[in-house]
Amino acid sequence: MSSSYERIFDIPIGPQHPALKEPAMLKLKVDGEHVVGVDLDVSYNHRGIEKAAEYRTYIQNLYLIERICGICNVAQTLTYCLAVESLHGKEIPPRARFLRVVAEEISRINSHLLWLGVAAHEIGFDTFFMHVWLDREITLGLMEALSGNRITSSYNVIGGVRRDVTEELLSRIRKGLDELEPRVKRYREIVLNDRSILKRTQGIGILSPGDAMATSAVGPTLRASGIKSDVRADDPYCSHDQIPFNVITADGCDAHARILVRLDEILESIQMCRHCVSRLPAGPILQRLPRRAPQGEVMSRVEAPRGELFHYISSDGSDKPYRCKVSTPTLANLPALVRMLTSKGKYVVNIADVPVILASIDPCFSCAARVEHSGGV
Amino acid sequence: MGIIDWAFRKSPWILHFNTGSCNGCDIEIFAILTPKYDVERLGVMLKGSPRHADVLVVSGPVTRQASGRILRIYEQMPDPKKVVAVGTCCISGGVFSNGGKGACYNVYPGLDSIVPVDAYVPGCPPKPEAILEGISKVAKKAGVD
Ligand code: SF4
Repeated sequence: MSSSYERIFDIPIGPQHPALKEPAMLKLKVDGEHVVGVDLDVSYNHRGIEKAAEYRTYIQNLYLIERICGICNVAQTLTYCLAVESLHGKEIPPRARFLRVVAEEISRINSHLLWLGVAAHEIGFDTFFMHVWLDREITLGLMEALSGNRITSSYNVIGGVRRDVTEELLSRIRKGLDELEPRVKRYREIVLNDRSILKRTQGIGILSPGDAMATSAVGPTLRASGIKSDVRADDPYCSHDQIPFNVITADGCDAHARILVRLDEILESIQMCRHCVSRLPAGPILQRLPRRAPQGEVMSRVEAPRGELFHYISSDGSDKPYRCKVSTPTLANLPALVRMLTSKGKYVVNIADVPVILASIDPCFSCAARVEHSGGV
Repeated sequence: MGIIDWAFRKSPWILHFNTGSCNGCDIEIFAILTPKYDVERLGVMLKGSPRHADVLVVSGPVTRQASGRILRIYEQMPDPKKVVAVGTCCISGGVFSNGGKGACYNVYPGLDSIVPVDAYVPGCPPKPEAILEGISKVAKKAGVD
């Protein structure tokens, strides 16, 4: 008798693998072509940032926290700054709040375009990847003009933002956005009509709305399952109540819907940037805060490109945090990922679809590596 | 100069490994492959397997879990091979080791404590042009030493 014990094999993928951009270990349990189980180890990037943050002052930590993730560094510093500011109980000037939104949305556009390229690469459509990444350079140019660096921007500081904008820069941002918008619309058309994209993404990596809620998915992964949830709308943190925008959802529940949600979010972000740039309030950009933070505990959350980012800081009244805890969107999406990767009943996952499904949650393992896996070598 | 060194100089194939980086350097390494910088015109190609690669491009501080892997990948590469350390945190631990003051407990202070390094590209992250220069420098060195 052939028992299931003999038919199920383990396929290890990673930590160095052409389909993975970051080190992670996936142990797939396969029965023939079908994936029936998966074991994830995402701890290769664990550095011990949270502990190190306890030994550094609030200002030094800004640069450490920023380097949890290079792609969404603006969201990381923003969440951290919001937490420290609420420890002090201070509001920052309105001009700084608007500038933070501009930086945040530019980095969201950058992150989504980056992801779109990687997703195209995963389905084997390298031409698309090259085109998208060429247009991504526009946002990098804007980021460099705004903050002085292409990737790691250090734009948010405790109490405001680092640099002010000039009229010239504002018009440059407007021009960059104008250049980008038709390109993104064109990509949207391609994603909707191209047969090879549809074939590789439609019906792949299904996450039903019920499963999405049950596994606490966040961000575009959740919104592609038709659930309207966005921290920017639910809990506005940066003058988002004064900026008109729509929360984008899609009902496809598959990898294709996740592409569409992100593309529509780029268009929405372009509108938000335009709004902020044209209605930028005058005034200072920085509110100086004392080095020592009052005693207390605070939490803050931000809608990072990949979903809800959460920080917790506990202060004992000194100039260093007593405890700093970070919970990142990829970490929240991992249970959903495991569910998407497991065949169940009529839903089957082929090995060839694993990279697409993995890419569809836009994983960022350097964020997610919050714990060390013993024996991970 | 033998034929191997000649091939190395003309077309260094690279392998990228992330040893715990924040992704900042990784996306700049990928940016050099895309149309704006397009290194394929110089014969540089990204490869998926260590056995096809001439130059190992490493980004990020070396974490304890990744240290065994990086050594294994280095040993799997055929000779002659070169290593380029991209980013301040790969060179010295950067912000993560902070010169020993409040260092992250899980990182090594620099890649050269694990494998020999031929070129260092500082920056956090370095610009794509700088990464390109690092790769071309090690390619030029092939056969010289
Ligand atoms: S050098 Fe900077 S950008 Fe590069 S991986 Fe290290 S922290 Fe990230």
